[in-house]
Amino acid sequence: MLDLSKYSSIGSALHDAVQKFSGEVCLIEADRDRENHRLTYREFEERAKPLAKALQDTGYAAGDRASIIMTNQSKWLISAYAIFHSGGVLVPLDYKLTAAQQWDLLRHSEASVLITEYPIWRQLSAAADRRALCTKLRLVLVTEAPANADLAGAQRWEEFRAAGEPALVPRQRADIASIVYSSGTGGQPKGCMMTHDNYLEQCVALTSLYPFWPGVRYLSILPTNHAIDFMVGFFGPFTCGAAVVHLRTLRPEFVREAFAKYKITYVSLVPLVLKNLQKGLQARFAELPPGKRRLFDALVAINRVLTKSRPRLWLSRRLLPQVHSAFGGELRAIIVGGAFTEPQTLQFFYDLGIPVANGYGLTEAGTAITVNDLKPFRADTVGKPLPGMEVRIANPDSSGIGEVTVRSRTVMSGYLNEPELTARAIVNGWLMTGDLGYFDAQGHLHLVGRKRNMIVTEEGKNIYPEDIEGAFDSLPVKELCVFAADYIWPRRSMVGEQLLLVIHLEPGQNLTDVLRTEIVRRNNQLLNFKRVHGFVLFAEDFPRNASQKILRDSLRDSLTILDRATVVQPL
Amino acid sequence: MPRTLDQTTQEVLELATRHFRVTPGTLAPSDDFFRKLGINSLQALELLSRLENHFSIELPDYEMQGVSDFKTLAERIQSRL
Repeated sequence: MLDLSKYSSIGSALHDAVQKFSGEVCLIEADRDRENHRLTYREFEERAKPLAKALQDTGYAAGDRASIIMTNQSKWLISAYAIFHSGGVLVPLDYKLTAAQQWDLLRHSEASVLITEYPIWRQLSAAADRRALCTKLRLVLVTEAPANADLAGAQRWEEFRAAGEPALVPRQRADIASIVYSSGTGGQPKGCMMTHDNYLEQCVALTSLYPFWPGVRYLSILPTNHAIDFMVGFFGPFTCGAAVVHLRTLRPEFVREAFAKYKITYVSLVPLVLKNLQKGLQARFAELPPGKRRLFDALVAINRVLTKSRPRLWLSRRLLPQVHSAFGGELRAIIVGGAFTEPQTLQFFYDLGIPVANGYGLTEAGTAITVNDLKPFRADTVGKPLPGMEVRIANPDSSGIGEVTVRSRTVMSGYLNEPELTARAIVNGWLMTGDLGYFDAQGHLHLVGRKRNMIVTEEGKNIYPEDIEGAFDSLPVKELCVFAADYIWPRRSMVGEQLLLVIHLEPGQNLTDVLRTEIVRRNNQLLNFKRVHGFVLFAEDFPRNASQKILRDSLRDSLTILDRATVVQPL
Repeated sequence: MPRTLDQTTQEVLELATRHFRVTPGTLAPSDDFFRKLGINSLQALELLSRLENHFSIELPDYEMQGVSDFKTLAERIQSRL
């Protein structure tokens, strides 16, 4: 691995990495059973530098912002390299957002360059009215456009190259390296300004626990615009000479094949996908004839005993060869992120000899705050703070539970153009996470709930109740609002979070079948992960401020004293 | 004889009805399949695999960007038949 303490920027570290590991395999890109590319670090550099030079020839300079909106593929990383080499600020955006949302973030970030894929550009071009608002945007590069495609003013990425050596533009550690958006309430963009120092420090901390080296193959499935994949699916492996494997299709059957075909060492997944994997394995185990099943269960039990104090990969691979060969036989750990994972899922994989690196993090904290160090494996916690992380519980109650706060060189410098939001998030140098937890005697962090009125789904999506209320607009009742159930009635669990609709009927109004049917109809129009799970009839006027805004905390206090089991009517 | 778009749409609806075990006749071309079926992204990918097998085509993931209703899904399939 490179000694990152010697570097002041991502660009300079990546530059030296491609030199140092020039002959190693750097990127593999597959589409179903076909392999699109297999690049060494040298070949990667040969593709990235002409792009960097062409960018610089247009006047692209230090501090200029360039956005990438792409699925996980080789051109994502090649483009990011060119941006960092040129001293630019990367604005990675989620390719799953709507075109309107992408344009809004492009405008908010003041990106001057956009690099995207043709199908995404086709959608963006259709929302041309929003484009006019992005006054800073002067160059759009589109990958993989068909020969006769209407590029709507964009240029082909593949042809945008220039000869000659591009300048490696120096940046300081305190300079902004990227602006990473995390979702906020009411669609308010929260652009986390991450410095070069944030990334360099996080990379050292993470790779000290989960090391990469030449020959390691990381399967990149989580979108690279997310902080986790950017670190463990790009910057981390590159600084260690490891390889990143991209799949152009994420159908479960091709993902399963990729593990064995490419001998994957690490992969990151969201809990939903991990649970799906668990279900698939359990179904296969259930099909075993009774005799084989008993033998298999006995081997799993032996493995559990022998790996109690620490993982013994070589032993687990010998005890349970069929399971491990299905994963390629080289898998060292599954990194899970984006949302809380149920302990029984973590234990299921660990008992098979596949450690799941569960942890806890926020984009604002520079990815991971705590990670399970597997010494020994603990399914019931989110692990210990990473090296360099100071984690404290603010205002703990008598059981030691309070808000998790973090101080570290990996914490963002603030939200772009949002000084008030930043001041609320970072208080006296401590990042207020909004999550509630406590430390046990072994120094492991346990998360027990949220201080904020929100939920996180198993797909890693943050859902703010206020954003759901629009679906129930003009429902014929006096007033309504949506809450995270656990915000009203904390239950010491981070899984199975639910949303509730709180309804105040008009005087004399009854809950009729017609009204109930209308609530169900409106609810069913929401995407499944945004649906409310039940409703509460509240008999009093909602507390409001002078501008008629609902005082949610006061309303919450009035609801908390009610008995959840009796007042919540399921939908 | 090649399928018409209407035929393709009908087959997509029938396949989704069977795959997700919903009451026949409840799905319409203009329905948003995420909302109507209450499915997640992983389940939508499973449906795409079933459709690929049924129509003997490849549907690249990028072609499905922003597609959430049966009619548009059928159009994307039709263009590859």
